Amino acid sequence: MTTTLTHGRIALALHQLRDGDGRALLLLHELGGASPSTVPDEVVAWPGPVHALDFSGHGASGLARGGGYHPEILMADADAAIAHLGEATVVGWGLGGYVALMLAGGRPEAVRGAVIADGRGLAGVAEPGPLQAAPPGPPATTTPDPLAIVEMENDLRPPEYAVMFVDLATHGSGLDAPISVTATERPPWLEAVLAAPGVTVAPSIGEALARYAG
Amino acid sequence: MPNITYPGARRPDRTRSVDACGVRIAVYEWGAPESPPLLLVHGGFDFAGTFDVFAPMLADGGWRVVSWDHRGHGDSEHAALYSWSADMRDAMAVLASTTDGPVAIVGHSKGGNLMLSVCGAIPERVVGFVNIDGMPSPGPHPDMAEHEADILAMQADRMTSWLDHRRRTHELVRKPGTLEDLARRRGRMNPLLSQEWLQYLVTIGARKDADGWRWKIDPTLRFGGFGPWRHQWSVRQLAELTVPFLGMIGTIHEDMGWGAVADDLRPHLPTGGRLEVFEDTGHFIHIEHPRRVADLVLEFLT
Repeated sequence: MTTTLTHGRIALALHQLRDGDGRALLLLHELGGASPSTVPDEVVAWPGPVHALDFSGHGASGLARGGGYHPEILMADADAAIAHLGEATVVGWGLGGYVALMLAGGRPEAVRGAVIADGRGLAGVAEPGPLQAAPPGPPATTTPDPLAIVEMENDLRPPEYAVMFVDLATHGSGLDAPISVTATERPPWLEAVLAAPGVTVAPSIGEALARYAG
Repeated sequence: MPNITYPGARRPDRTRSVDACGVRIAVYEWGAPESPPLLLVHGGFDFAGTFDVFAPMLADGGWRVVSWDHRGHGDSEHAALYSWSADMRDAMAVLASTTDGPVAIVGHSKGGNLMLSVCGAIPERVVGFVNIDGMPSPGPHPDMAEHEADILAMQADRMTSWLDHRRRTHELVRKPGTLEDLARRRGRMNPLLSQEWLQYLVTIGARKDADGWRWKIDPTLRFGGFGPWRHQWSVRQLAELTVPFLGMIGTIHEDMGWGAVADDLRPHLPTGGRLEVFEDTGHFIHIEHPRRVADLVLEFLT
């Protein structure tokens, strides 16, 4: 079942992959990806309902004509899902992992644990580089939007900025370790996040979720 | 449309639009089409019509002045999303529609800061860059709290408030009012500008609906917020500029300004760069002193 959520001028697709009682698990896909159509094996042990969100410009969600995509906007996409679902635990792959971290800091009372997993768009860049060129041709009509990929393949993620979200999550959630990392790719922002109190390394997504399922 | 005029104000000689990756950008020109091009870039929450006095002075000084309303501002299209890189891309689209040769650039506030990046990206094409109070503040950030716990609380508030705003964006509309109401509201952000000027601006930057006047600017845009940009990166961009540079700054702090102070800025100017300080002047230097600013720009670009 798919619910349409409104975030500004963009219609977002929130897919329910499995019904159930208790706290929802929210899945956030990688850059250029889309929600899975069935519950991935890695999260199948989650005791509650499982939902997956297509970010703006991705999957069955709407496009932002003329771009303007950035991870903060995707955090607000995910916040629209939280407004609909209530409390949730979040797993994100690649860019979705970075967004999961941001959301844990932005809504610490609603996010009961966030897991950062490997996937496309995990890295970002720590410092500004040369001006990004727009892809040639007319605006996209299908997802994933090439502008979304251009804008978020190399978006800025200074380490101290990422750590701010950890601090907000730790102070606001009351959890000892609101952030779990299974990613093996370690860009500078993630190295800094791993060194912050409140962040733990987990050997697998399943094991990370087992800690938050209680 | 009410017939409100302002001394020296002149609407653009030509208007056109540019398609920037699907977003329609309204572009305005003053001056002879064959004159050398000069990009004139407005600040956040402004629009090109705020140059109606200043731009004609540059045009009469021999330049083809090209300005545009940023996405979501003035008569440009309201976009689904906004970002610094989208504004940069729109600026490059306007530039590409104007010339593939050399260009002079004058930017105010956010427009000046935006053009710092553009000048860094295409220095070989920029004959000169004038930044009117759009330079980064090298000193401590003005709203930086002293204690870590206070900083965290401030960041939490900022984040919650922004996310709450995003949850409401689909239902936001601008508040209607009389022409005088809108000018008064604008006056709270522009306390040093006259009501006469602000009322003139309403006739360009607002539209008259059945229930009153509304500013055209996209209601989803708001002040504040947060993001990954570090202001020291802008300071570095300024210092590393290789194009001829003239900065202008006032001495009166205003909320719409960037909090930069002349003495803090001087050590970070690019090689050969110049800083003009306007005493007893706020953030809108080119509106408070259009003739003096235009003369300095024309002299600098000669």
